[in-house]
Amino acid sequence: MRIPSLLPSLWLAAAAMSAALPAHAATPAEQGLAIATEADRRDQGYGDSSATMEMILRNRAGDEASREIRVKSLEVAGDGDKSMIIFDQPKDVEGTALLTFSHKTGDDDRWLYLPALKRVKRIAGKNKSGPFMGSEFAYEDMGSQEIEKYSYTWLRDEAIDGVSCFVIERVPVDPDSGYTRQVAWIDQAEYRVQKVEFYDRKQSLLKTLSAKDYQQYLNKHWRPGRMDMVNHQTGKSTSLLFKNYVFGSGLSERDFDQASLKNAR
Amino acid sequence: MNPTRAVALGGVLLLASASVAADESRTKFSAALSAEGRSYLHDPSYAGQSDAAASASLSIEPELYVEWSRNTSATLTPFARWDSLDSERSHVDLRELALQQRFGNFDLRLGVSRVFWGVTESVHLVDIINQTDQVENIDGEDKLGQPMAMLSWTTDAGVFTGFVLPYFRERTLPGPDGRFRSEFTYAQDDAIYESDDEEQHVDGALRWSLSTSLFDLGLSYFDGTGRSPRFAPHVTTADPGALLQLVEQLGLAGLLGQLAQGQIDDVQVDLVPVYDQIEQTGLDLNLVSGNWIWKLEALYQDSRARDYGAAAGGFEYTYAAAFGSAWDASVLMEYLWDSRGGDAAALPTADDLQGNLLPPQQIPPLFQNDLFVGTRLTPNDVASTEFLAGVVVDLDHGGLFASVETSRRIGASGKLSLELRVFADAETEDPLYLLRNDDYLQLEYTHYF
Repeated sequence: MRIPSLLPSLWLAAAAMSAALPAHAATPAEQGLAIATEADRRDQGYGDSSATMEMILRNRAGDEASREIRVKSLEVAGDGDKSMIIFDQPKDVEGTALLTFSHKTGDDDRWLYLPALKRVKRIAGKNKSGPFMGSEFAYEDMGSQEIEKYSYTWLRDEAIDGVSCFVIERVPVDPDSGYTRQVAWIDQAEYRVQKVEFYDRKQSLLKTLSAKDYQQYLNKHWRPGRMDMVNHQTGKSTSLLFKNYVFGSGLSERDFDQASLKNAR
Repeated sequence: MNPTRAVALGGVLLLASASVAADESRTKFSAALSAEGRSYLHDPSYAGQSDAAASASLSIEPELYVEWSRNTSATLTPFARWDSLDSERSHVDLRELALQQRFGNFDLRLGVSRVFWGVTESVHLVDIINQTDQVENIDGEDKLGQPMAMLSWTTDAGVFTGFVLPYFRERTLPGPDGRFRSEFTYAQDDAIYESDDEEQHVDGALRWSLSTSLFDLGLSYFDGTGRSPRFAPHVTTADPGALLQLVEQLGLAGLLGQLAQGQIDDVQVDLVPVYDQIEQTGLDLNLVSGNWIWKLEALYQDSRARDYGAAAGGFEYTYAAAFGSAWDASVLMEYLWDSRGGDAAALPTADDLQGNLLPPQQIPPLFQNDLFVGTRLTPNDVASTEFLAGVVVDLDHGGLFASVETSRRIGASGKLSLELRVFADAETEDPLYLLRNDDYLQLEYTHYF
């Protein structure tokens, strides 16, 4: 079984860019990096979080399939986050769990637990562009969004749906990325990702992501209640609906180790 | 332990505990119900085997999971199968009835449970805690529940785990009607043990494992009743005098050969499982580099029967987004080795005939100098379609074992699986030869509740 690495932190890096840009950010590249850095800074210190996620897959004809997943993540100082994903639906993969240690640079570490065999299987971490559970989200869309994973360029300021946004371009550093670039709309008030356009290896517009229904947790951390990814080339789309966000429940390294992976349910 | 009673007791205890549990608790009930049809592609090789070209089978595996807190949980998983062809394959087992407790850096598991060790795809050499449920599938991936106390200590230097295994489970083996046996039937109920404690012998195991970005490494040690039996031919005849005469004429090996070909009447041979005391040291290793995962399993085993070593090593390389699509395509290759491959079969003599039981025979290893090549294809579609095909080629005898497994989800809670296994070109001295007519195609539908 090929199972995805997913972590509800798409919004992490891009989630919080401050309206007050440093005055010395002169070039578009410096401005872009400053926005990304501020967004990252604003979400630092979340410690740990968990949530449940419903994933709705739609094909071109409008047929729907649904998945349910629980996600836990742990902030790691100086490196990418750790995450544990546990599958509840569909039933045939119930109890399957994926442990990911993401890194600021280089490949992520991934271990998949297969409950039928009680087996932990190591998965090559290089695969980033593959779809997550047959959805329109790729591994790299779901993974921890570290500042170091892109180079940035500020393009312009623009309002979408009446919300003032920075528009920045992100070019993946990793040559194995499925994208040549992404264009992200980040609101100026709270530095949350509102929209992202993904361009494929042929420079064509591949997908558009919209994030909605943001809520703030611990008076600091913004998380979307809903994310919609539309694939313009296939007509398929995927919606992620997040529920039951809990922050600071005291998860530790212990909840993200091999023993926990084998006991994940 | 009577499995039915244990299941009932466990279920009552779990439900009772869950109903009085606090807010934090969680109870999950699920069940997998499977209907399986097998079609055998050839007539059976041996007298006594059912000549039905197809068989049907039903199985059920319910599971109750109760979590009282993040640190305390329990699992109950009984299993039952009915099979139309082989009465030995119709069986029940308690797969799990275990309590799980975490305190600090320790994890304790008490009860009947399952544990897997290993990394390779084609064989599972170092995996030894659980007995193989051989009648389920010849791939050896189905395991019987094992009573255990298991304590793991997680440190920065890896995970140290100790096992106490107070009760031994005998391997399930096909009955007279069943396929996947030799010309001789198994005397499952007459197993012989080296230890006077028989199945009550308390086995022990230790394991250290460490996972990093670069590798997953495990070292293990097991001391106790070996999970793989040898077999002692048990001879039954109405005319012991005539038999003794034959032994003198033919020697035991010659006699067994003639018996196998059904050339001697009024003599029946059963294979009695013999479980030796063994010590086994194992190593399993993954090395991770980009799209490559290099894998190695190796073991050394000590027993009164034979000291031997075995190893399997190779790689899995994954092409992500292969063919410019969402597909992942993996290439798998593993070399399989066993030091017993060069053994000449020990020829028993008439002096070995004690009572009606001949000395235990070590069935030669299937994979002693073999190469496995395979591919795994995953389209990453909504139905989670998977395809795994592989072939093991015997580099000494030229025999060939091919396997194809594919599955996809049907609707929201069903899964359809197809399995094809073919045994081809084996020479008579290759144990694979015994299975030459047991090629089969299997279709299974599983519904999940």
